[in-house]
Amino acid sequence: MKRNQFWNWFWIVLSLIYFFLPLYATFNFSLKARKGELSLLAYQQMIDDPRVLPALLFSTQIGIFTILLGLLLLVPTVYWVRLKAPRWRPILEFFSLLPFVIPAIVLVFGLIRTYSGGVFGLTATFAGTNFLLVAGYVVICLPYLYRSIDAGMAAIDVVTLTEAAQSLGADWGTILFRVIVPNLRSAMLSAAFLTMAIVLGEFTIASFLVGLRAFGPVIWQVGQNRAYQASALVIVSFAITWVLMGLINIVGRRGAAEEGVTAGPR
Amino acid sequence: MSSNRLGVASDDGRPKPPLLAQPSFSWIGVLPFLLFVFFFLILPSLTLFVGAFQDRDGNFTLENIRGLALPNILSAYWVTIRISVTTALMGGIFGFFLAYSLVTGNMPAWVRSSMATFCGVASNFAGVPLAQAFIFTLGRVGLVTVLLRDLFGIDLYDRGFNLYSFWGLSVTYLYFQLPLMVLVITPAIEGLQREWREAAENLGATPGQYWRYIGIPVLMPSLLGSMILLFGNSFGAYATALSLTGGLINLVTILIGSQIRGDVLHNPNLGYALAVGMVVVMSVMMVIYYALRRRSEYWLKR
Repeated sequence: MKRNQFWNWFWIVLSLIYFFLPLYATFNFSLKARKGELSLLAYQQMIDDPRVLPALLFSTQIGIFTILLGLLLLVPTVYWVRLKAPRWRPILEFFSLLPFVIPAIVLVFGLIRTYSGGVFGLTATFAGTNFLLVAGYVVICLPYLYRSIDAGMAAIDVVTLTEAAQSLGADWGTILFRVIVPNLRSAMLSAAFLTMAIVLGEFTIASFLVGLRAFGPVIWQVGQNRAYQASALVIVSFAITWVLMGLINIVGRRGAAEEGVTAGPR
Repeated sequence: MSSNRLGVASDDGRPKPPLLAQPSFSWIGVLPFLLFVFFFLILPSLTLFVGAFQDRDGNFTLENIRGLALPNILSAYWVTIRISVTTALMGGIFGFFLAYSLVTGNMPAWVRSSMATFCGVASNFAGVPLAQAFIFTLGRVGLVTVLLRDLFGIDLYDRGFNLYSFWGLSVTYLYFQLPLMVLVITPAIEGLQREWREAAENLGATPGQYWRYIGIPVLMPSLLGSMILLFGNSFGAYATALSLTGGLINLVTILIGSQIRGDVLHNPNLGYALAVGMVVVMSVMMVIYYALRRRSEYWLKR
């Protein structure tokens, strides 16, 4: 038994070292922007950098639109399928999980070849490009959005709730927004936070569609020529991920943390 | 009455099937979703797929598919698959031991829960920031590199290690592979029931026999399935590899990236075939994954 416990701690301590070393190294580096002393200069420079805050703001906005479009698309659809069209369920599930087999780089390749120029010409305008970016993000977040919303709907009895609301004379709008949605709050919030975490760190799609307007590509570019600022940005971006995951744990049902809160390939 | 027409309320509380004479309109509610998926997932994929079978003038050809056997493309696939297999195995094995220690090791509750949260964060901490964190750690002037050199006189880079190469990339990928493995394998380990072990021990089985005849056969589908998920996770990775190696490593994703920026293959249609090849590999993996998951669910049902 003693021996057993040794190996348990061995694996845990080893992985803790592996997990924390890169964070410590980066943090340590970020404090050394001023020679010979520890300072927060790198963080000051990061905030003063004209690229950083606008990009963070832009990506946050894109994240909000992604969340809105994703929820608007999935909540009514999943509700409808559970209530009235259970036959469509396998199809809904299939398409929701399909993005898993399409790496982001392939998706953005296809989006560009389909929508830049030609009949659509979406990439000719800022608005068109931003829309394409949001659509691409909804696609890569689809599996997580679907699983979260579907699990949320499974936890409440949508059929009974709907009947109860109907027999009290509620119309469809009231049922959806005042009965179903409030009951889905925690599922929707976890989906939203995860989506935000994915969008804020996303590099592949953003770099091809909007380049340095988005946060991911800016972290990359700062890393090319400003090492201290880059280390500060890495710490900030890790902190953002941490906060969003923490929020999921707070709003989430038990087990939400283990239930596929991981983004796809980066 | 109105609820009856809508087909919701009925005596037994289940949705009523539509009357035979009425055509089913159930697809209407699914239409917006299907349209979205068609325009932003199916159509872009189809564009690439069709392009992969066309020549420059739009005639049907298999030339692009044959082009995948060109040495630099074949080697890109080979390196990508090798790195995916390596990190899936490393992440899978270490992740299993870590998860097993956490589940069965009588750890204090806070160790387990904080580790679970951390794994959620770490598996999402990928791409550009991750690559940079490893440059600060194991790069030429990274913390660990310098410490090893100054304290122990070991120069990693003299000894053939290079963060910007295959093994460097593998060590970096492990940072999101390992926690992902812990997250996906934990339910399977929790499903290993104590009674099985006790029953085996009562019948005189040694720990080795328990693992050989019970533990490993029960866990095998989950283990393989999880590792396939890990494989896919690094197979499609682009940002981490690009920012770590500056695009100098020959991966399929990197090659596609350069192909989008400027036709480096000198044949746009070959680029499409390259992308379609990735989707085919991923699809095969996913089919195996779902088959394995079905098997593992058989044991995990309580």
